[in-house]
Amino acid sequence: MPKTLASKLWDSHVVRQAPGEPDLLYIDLHLVHEVTSPQAFEGLRLAGRRVRRPDLTLATMDHNIATSRAEAPDEISQLQMRTLEENCSAAGIRLYGVGSRHQGIVHIIGPELGLTQPGMTIVCGDSHTSTHGALGALAFGIGTSEVEHVLATQTLPQRRPKDLAITVDGDLPLGVVAKDVALGIISKIGVAGGRGHLVEYRGSTIRDLSLEGRLTVCNMTIEGGARAGMVAPDDTTFAYLEGRQFAPRGAAWEQALDHWRALVTDEGAAFDHEVVIDAGGLEPYVSWGTNPGQSVPVTGRVPEPASETDERALRYMALKAGTAIQDISLDRVFIGSCTNARLEDLRLAAAVVEGRHVHPKVRAMVVPGSMSVRAAAEAEGLDRVFLEAGFEWREAGCSMCLGMNPDILQPGERCASTSNRNFEGRQGAGGRTHLVSPPMAAAAAIAGHLVDIREFEGGAG
Amino acid sequence: MTPFVRHSGRVAPLDKADVDTDQIIPKQFLKRIERTGFGEFLFFDWRKDPNFVLNRPEYEGASILVTGPNFGCGSSREHAPWALQDYGFRAVIAPSFSDIFQANCLKIGLLPVQLPEATVRELMGAGDVTVDLDRQVVSADGVDHRFEIDEFSRINIMEGLDEIGLTVRQESAIAAFEEKRPDWMPALG
Ligand code: SF4
Repeated sequence: MPKTLASKLWDSHVVRQAPGEPDLLYIDLHLVHEVTSPQAFEGLRLAGRRVRRPDLTLATMDHNIATSRAEAPDEISQLQMRTLEENCSAAGIRLYGVGSRHQGIVHIIGPELGLTQPGMTIVCGDSHTSTHGALGALAFGIGTSEVEHVLATQTLPQRRPKDLAITVDGDLPLGVVAKDVALGIISKIGVAGGRGHLVEYRGSTIRDLSLEGRLTVCNMTIEGGARAGMVAPDDTTFAYLEGRQFAPRGAAWEQALDHWRALVTDEGAAFDHEVVIDAGGLEPYVSWGTNPGQSVPVTGRVPEPASETDERALRYMALKAGTAIQDISLDRVFIGSCTNARLEDLRLAAAVVEGRHVHPKVRAMVVPGSMSVRAAAEAEGLDRVFLEAGFEWREAGCSMCLGMNPDILQPGERCASTSNRNFEGRQGAGGRTHLVSPPMAAAAAIAGHLVDIREFEGGAG
Repeated sequence: MTPFVRHSGRVAPLDKADVDTDQIIPKQFLKRIERTGFGEFLFFDWRKDPNFVLNRPEYEGASILVTGPNFGCGSSREHAPWALQDYGFRAVIAPSFSDIFQANCLKIGLLPVQLPEATVRELMGAGDVTVDLDRQVVSADGVDHRFEIDEFSRINIMEGLDEIGLTVRQESAIAAFEEKRPDWMPALG
């Protein structure tokens, strides 16, 4: 029987199947960070259990970490990071912590190290684990009890979700990038549209995206309500992986390739649901509300509220229905997060700011997704482009994506952000977030208000 | 996990769709390394509003939260169900839950009860209700509303079973699976 990619990934990881019970799935890679793991390690200790496969577990510090290493994190953050160090050293888990050249946001470093590979199951106590699906892996976020389960057994009991195909076809219009594909999808299906499903992104637009662009699209799968999103591996994937630190080499590479090439949805395989999107109709998107589904094209206006949720969002965002998106002025700009802080993102943003200056009333920062991204960007001189334009150039971490470290919005501040969530208070209590792509964020920093990258001089490149 | 068989208590209606876990427990409280003590920070920002449901005297002591669709969306933080449970909630009734939030609730014995939107609306004004996991019904004002839950989770929660313990019993199947894993898969050894 023809199978979907998701079925192939799922079925090849079933350790045990029993009627009426969830399938027991084997986990090939478990990523761990400081925030969602301490209680799991504590649970293991209390039950007298050990970490079963420290060699299939990798830890990093990202959520709490200061993005200027000169700033000391607060004491509770320090305790949380110290706890991770102690837990990892006791269990023999490799940790890329403060000071490591591999440290970075967990979803940036997995692919970058070549640890994320097609055909794997990958979990992490973090909802954006969906990111790793861009390489053809089954990757999803889990809670702390599940983290404990995986640490103890390297498996996870899971019920098989349904299959959702999201097909995007056609060439992306000028100025429209992967982030806009993600926001376009979510504004179409809604924040709960993917609930209970595994998503496969298909179609010529997805095929034509760079691997980094696919990571952006898969990253925001959870914003559409689905736990996992994936793209079938192809030559783009293999070219990205080859030569990376943990990628197979030599004969093993050839063997792996044979296996990976079979990881596609078979002709005639059935999905439970299907959504089709015409890339030609996509535009640069801007979120106006307090969930990522509340987004409109940059040429649009703040919509009339259609529900109580909308009304509340407008109040929180201090916006009036009918306001042109481009009339919204800004206090802050954040370029960073696991959605948009890879080298390609920084290049796109740098191309827009080069030779220009951040608007005097805007405070803008760039936070590379990992120390490797930072080093690669510096090798190309992107740091100088940003610094000369008046951006802050920080060290790697989650930073103002969620503001667990000192990088936060002040109450009432309005920010154009390349991150993934515009929830109330996400970037700081009372802060107001507009989600946009890296070039749109860069242009907004220069203009001091939201602006259409396509009309920004030279901006759409 | 806290076992759950049957619970009667007062309802607190939170009539909102898409309540995300950032609202249930904001990030500044995720730095703690304990599993307990999150209740006082539940809905931290919303509780600054004196009219917020949990601040109203008529809902004091409520132990069943009744709320809108897609409850618990966003971040996977299990701190959200911990905070609800620590505050005193034993069950959450909604038309739908986010996938990860629902899984997290089932692990700790905070019962997620899914009912049709119209029934949920009714229950928002019900005062006191009984949630009976054994019979799979929510009873209010003498009417039983049946809800569905998968049998495996139902039994685990009623008996407060340790799921890790159940999986550990599958050691030989796990070991056999590991034998067959391709060697080119990455390891950090
Ligand atoms: S960058 Fe933001 S969304 Fe990504 S892992 Fe960090 S906090 Fe989560």
